[in-house]
Amino acid sequence: MLYRTAGQFKTSYEADFALFPVRQDALLLGVILLFAWLIFPLTASDFAFQTLLIPVLIYSLASLGLNLLTGYAGQLSLGTAAFMGVGAYACYKITTIFPGINLLVALALAGFFPAAIGIVFGLPSLRIKGFYLAIATLAAQFFLVWLFEKWAWLYNYNTSGAIQVPNIRMFGVYVAGPQAASITQYYFVLFVVCLITWFSINITRGRIGRIWKAVRDMDIAAELVGINLMRAKLSAFAISSYVAGVSGALFVFLWRGAAEPNLFDVQLSFRILFIAIIGGLGSILGNFLGAILIVALPVVLNWIPGLFGFSIESAVLQHINTMIIGALIIFFLIVEPLGLARLWGIAREKLILWPFPH
Amino acid sequence: MDARLDLAGLTGARDPIAHGDVLLDVRNVSLSFGGVKAIADISFDVRKGEIRAIIGPNGAGKTSMLNVINGFYTAQHGSIVFRGRERRAMKAHEAVGQGIARTFQNVALFKGMSTLDNIMAGRSVMMRRGLFWQMLRHGPALAEEIEHREKVEEIIDFLEIEHIRHTPVGKLPYGLQKRVELGRSLAMEPVLLLLDEPMAGMNLEEKEDMSRFIVEVNRQRGTTIALIEHDMGVVMDLSDRIVVLDYGKKIADGPPEAVKTNKDLIDAYLGVAH
Repeated sequence: MLYRTAGQFKTSYEADFALFPVRQDALLLGVILLFAWLIFPLTASDFAFQTLLIPVLIYSLASLGLNLLTGYAGQLSLGTAAFMGVGAYACYKITTIFPGINLLVALALAGFFPAAIGIVFGLPSLRIKGFYLAIATLAAQFFLVWLFEKWAWLYNYNTSGAIQVPNIRMFGVYVAGPQAASITQYYFVLFVVCLITWFSINITRGRIGRIWKAVRDMDIAAELVGINLMRAKLSAFAISSYVAGVSGALFVFLWRGAAEPNLFDVQLSFRILFIAIIGGLGSILGNFLGAILIVALPVVLNWIPGLFGFSIESAVLQHINTMIIGALIIFFLIVEPLGLARLWGIAREKLILWPFPH
Repeated sequence: MDARLDLAGLTGARDPIAHGDVLLDVRNVSLSFGGVKAIADISFDVRKGEIRAIIGPNGAGKTSMLNVINGFYTAQHGSIVFRGRERRAMKAHEAVGQGIARTFQNVALFKGMSTLDNIMAGRSVMMRRGLFWQMLRHGPALAEEIEHREKVEEIIDFLEIEHIRHTPVGKLPYGLQKRVELGRSLAMEPVLLLLDEPMAGMNLEEKEDMSRFIVEVNRQRGTTIALIEHDMGVVMDLSDRIVVLDYGKKIADGPPEAVKTNKDLIDAYLGVAH
């Protein structure tokens, strides 16, 4: 009843192309945005900002970057963390070379570096596919992390070998660095994530998205409808790495505050791949669902034992967390390869039909 | 608005070659894979506006011939002249720009996409708006999308697949998938349409529908068609001229009546001691 679509007619192609042909979907998104923009920030504690809200948004964005490449264009990549790292280091260099630069501008510029490097490491995709390509992107992962360590210019030759985020002000308010308030950082991240998500939705629904999906579903047929495979694959690598790079810069500048090269190791790449798989490959919504699950799970696990009045060692909790995530990945790969987003899709279809069975 | 009327003249006007002239000329083409000679010194032509059938037993080189025509394979010898221009090697995606579209023997659709998106994908080469407008999806990008949607809807209307517009093609039955694939190739507005066994695995009713669509495409849009088909009844009824291949060689060429009584053809199909 809640999701009844009867009586909603489309009289133009424009209406049929609308993001939410069903009115209730738009309403639901409105409610979610209301929570994200008003209710969460007004009620959340510093702890909630730093352990839940901000990381969920940043991981969602990183996963979105990977999903554009793997879920939409069908090119498996294990180098996401390295591209995030390139974004973070690029943003760091930009803010040190131009100290007064607006952080939004710095972020937007920083994305072009991982995009260019993504194209270079995407070149093997013109020859190889699937797991072999994943191994080739693994080369990017190891090479770039090695470069972050060895190329002292990247971290301004400081002795620790790590990058420290300075205090950065935007319109008189601290947005990054030790003096920034969590709530400003949250709004900053939320703004960037909303904007890039909106752009990504538009791209995946239009010409470029169709080309990517065509390459993913059957590359030979895509070539024979006139799609230039090289351009399609490399554009996917570029845009995906751009988004991943921006998420990496946010990761360091708006959340962690500092970064060592091994922050961007293969573990992080896998973590983001897991978010994309659990959330759902080939879906924008899935990135957010996956990130919520992966980020919130350890927090919830920490909190449950206290609720029942007993305590578990944190090492044990960490093992439990790893086991649950492992089990979830196996579950989703076998039962629902399209992830949480698909589960929501099924539930939505059922709701539209409810109370009738068919 | 009558969509059928609109379909006519969509492609005919931009081509300088008159009806009945040679559109595609295959000259002494040979193709071999290692020691296997798939096509040996074959010549034939396709005239503008006709339906040309290529028949022959399994392994005769029919599909290889189509692959050579649309640039998927490059012939080792001989040449191909299309619309008066000779070419040797080209990338497969360039064939579309020249006006050649094709369908496949085993359906080659984009399984995760809806019928509408599959057919829209056929028009992606004609769409021009770049990344900036795609990101905004307003103004020019949306206008372009709607303009092409109208053309695609004409094809959907023509092929009578309105009801499956938003269905992912992976869920469709085989006969409908074949129809969507024809729709996708029509969306490219080809001058020459290559159909690789458009009726394989279909029941009588579906074959009749598909034959009707092929004839209508040919008559109303003026599209030249080269097709491979095993159903002799269909081939004899549909085609204007037939070329018969066997073991990579051409054994007969001519109108259906002449080919039907050709001794070599009967031998090739019924078998004879070689």
